Amino acid sequence: MTFIIQQTIVYAVPLMIVALAGVYAERSGIINLALEGIMIFGAFCGVMFVNIMQGQQWVLNAFAQKQYGLLQLVEILAMLTAAILGAVFSLLLSFASINLRADQTIGGTALNLLAPALVLFLVRLLTAQNTLFMSTGDAASWFMLKKTTFGFDKDAELSFIGNTFLHKVYLANYLCILIFIILSIILYKTRFGLRLRSCGENPQAANSLGINVIKMRYAGTTISGALAGMGGFVYALAAANCSSNGDVAGFGFLALAVMIFGNWNPLTIAGASFLFGLFKCISAGYSSIDINMDGVYLLREIGVSPHVYRMLPYVITLIVLAFTSKNSRAPKAEGIPYDKSMR
Amino acid sequence: MKEKFFERKSVQSVTASIVSILIGLIIGAVVITIVGLSDSSLGIDSVKEGVSLIFAGLFSTGRNAAGTLTWGFNGQNFGNMLFRATPLIMTGLSVAFAYKTGLFNIGAPGQYLMGTMTSLMIALSLPSDRISPVIIWIIAFICAMLAGAVWGAIPGFFKAVLNTNEVIACIMTNWIAANLVTWLFDISNLKNEVESTKMGYIYKTTYNGVATAKLGLDKIFMGSQINAGIIVAILFAIAINIVINRTTFGYELRACGSNRQASEYAGLKSKRNIVFSMAIAGALSAAGAALYNLAGNTEFFWSTYQSLPAIGFNGIPVALLASTNPIGCIFSAIFMSMLDIAGLQLTNLTAYNEYISSVIVAVIVYLSAFSLVIRNMVVKVVNRKKEGGKK
Repeated sequence: MTFIIQQTIVYAVPLMIVALAGVYAERSGIINLALEGIMIFGAFCGVMFVNIMQGQQWVLNAFAQKQYGLLQLVEILAMLTAAILGAVFSLLLSFASINLRADQTIGGTALNLLAPALVLFLVRLLTAQNTLFMSTGDAASWFMLKKTTFGFDKDAELSFIGNTFLHKVYLANYLCILIFIILSIILYKTRFGLRLRSCGENPQAANSLGINVIKMRYAGTTISGALAGMGGFVYALAAANCSSNGDVAGFGFLALAVMIFGNWNPLTIAGASFLFGLFKCISAGYSSIDINMDGVYLLREIGVSPHVYRMLPYVITLIVLAFTSKNSRAPKAEGIPYDKSMR
Repeated sequence: MKEKFFERKSVQSVTASIVSILIGLIIGAVVITIVGLSDSSLGIDSVKEGVSLIFAGLFSTGRNAAGTLTWGFNGQNFGNMLFRATPLIMTGLSVAFAYKTGLFNIGAPGQYLMGTMTSLMIALSLPSDRISPVIIWIIAFICAMLAGAVWGAIPGFFKAVLNTNEVIACIMTNWIAANLVTWLFDISNLKNEVESTKMGYIYKTTYNGVATAKLGLDKIFMGSQINAGIIVAILFAIAINIVINRTTFGYELRACGSNRQASEYAGLKSKRNIVFSMAIAGALSAAGAALYNLAGNTEFFWSTYQSLPAIGFNGIPVALLASTNPIGCIFSAIFMSMLDIAGLQLTNLTAYNEYISSVIVAVIVYLSAFSLVIRNMVVKVVNRKKEGGKK
């Protein structure tokens, strides 16, 4: 059970935060199809940052002397780097779709093509192989929170809660959940959030009331880029052992599906991403899941091909979308370049 | 009144595409320059080599004994360029066709994979001692197209009947196809277990005597993989051009694309047309896969559940660069595969690698997103020149 919950969190958190990234862009009226590309770029920037930090003496000393606080600081700084550079990368999309009124779907697709190409080009130049790993050690030994991190003994027996949420987890995941909550509140309970949403529903009306649509849409896509970049790094850290190879296994697109499934609403998105996280967790680790702790690996013994489990998240997404699309409430003005003369 | 040369829409589109291509190539060269100058082990000489290979990699003939790059006609490069362009023309046509109906077919990779699987399975399992290989080739090709049509019709159906966003539906069917293909090949007996170096691959179709005819093209382009597939692809492009622009069916599809409500009001069955359009798009992608995999000199890595074929995605830039014109797709696909060849030359001959050509393609797609802006820019420049001439 502990294993299922932890693995589900590992997959659900990036989905959740990137889906929120999609919400911020689309609520402001811009379709951000580039989430996948921004994630890839953010993952690379974060991993690269970790690599650079591992060349610094104080970081190496901190690792040698087990100063976990400093290592967590490095992790947070890497998240920040990924977020900032992800936001910068998303400016390409904002510029094309807001200033030049380009086709947003094509602009997003271009970014999705650009990110892996650029990342692989650089990774190959830097490492002469196709994956950028940490320069020493692995994500688990450097950044994972364990019993010992909190001063418990190695053999100490924690309660179920402690074992699940404090042992072998990443701080980044909890931070993302916190950010998710804060940004959801901002979107619904502040003046800024209301204005942003109005630009996605009826930008002409918003503009006539003195709201700067261009600025609001830039704000929406930039926040979106920052969240997607961060989500990319968090995925790379927790699910890919802090490595970057120009690929995030389609999580950006899955996040878009989660966003649509969640009806552009943070609360349902949170629920949907945990559901998908669970399916991802089952498909990744079905052979080692022991549901009721009786030593019987039920999913493995049913004899269903592993390919079925891998296919499951996508099939379910498709089916769920089929049932929810009729009632979907997409922002009305999404995808339409803002034209003042239409007022 | 006859239109002036530069006032023709087609001329403007082509000019805009050429401007995009040039900007893309220049950005590629700039990236090479920055990387080369910032890395002390590379230096200015390698920058010069890298940049010249980006622009003229097709004419590279390797290095001579003194270590400098040599240039000239390279039949192998030319032939391989045309061979690689073959499936790209088809996926480009697929994206372009769906685009005419207002649909963004990002599902080409999945349709391509279904075509790959169907064509390989049929070409390898029908008994070639009883059926002529030519017949097998044709059956495999047609069945691949049918499989692709089914795979394209699924997101089309979701879009038309259930109002699902076709981009998301296509992406999901892509990954379902990737897993399905891996699964079915995993339980098949077509995995190459004879050659130890080819583990993980499916048998070449030549194991069953099936291969696309060469028609002597390999004599012109010595040492390359070229075959008659390129001619088939060009014929397809011409046929699609006729269907879209010269038939009632094509007109109906375009009407649905430009305004779904209006076309419905005019009595067209827009739902049916969307499904048809996606099915044809799927069939085209799958036909590209069949042309590539039935060539007899290609091998398919079957455990593909974690990756989608780049040829499928590259159909998008091919179509956009051609302004979704079917005939234009032939040229843009050949250009894209030329970039591919240039990238390979970069990897083989310099410290840089082939991903720079993907960067260039991405820049070109980015520019094509606002091709209208570029087109207007071109028109403005031309007009200004004209006014200057009058004075």
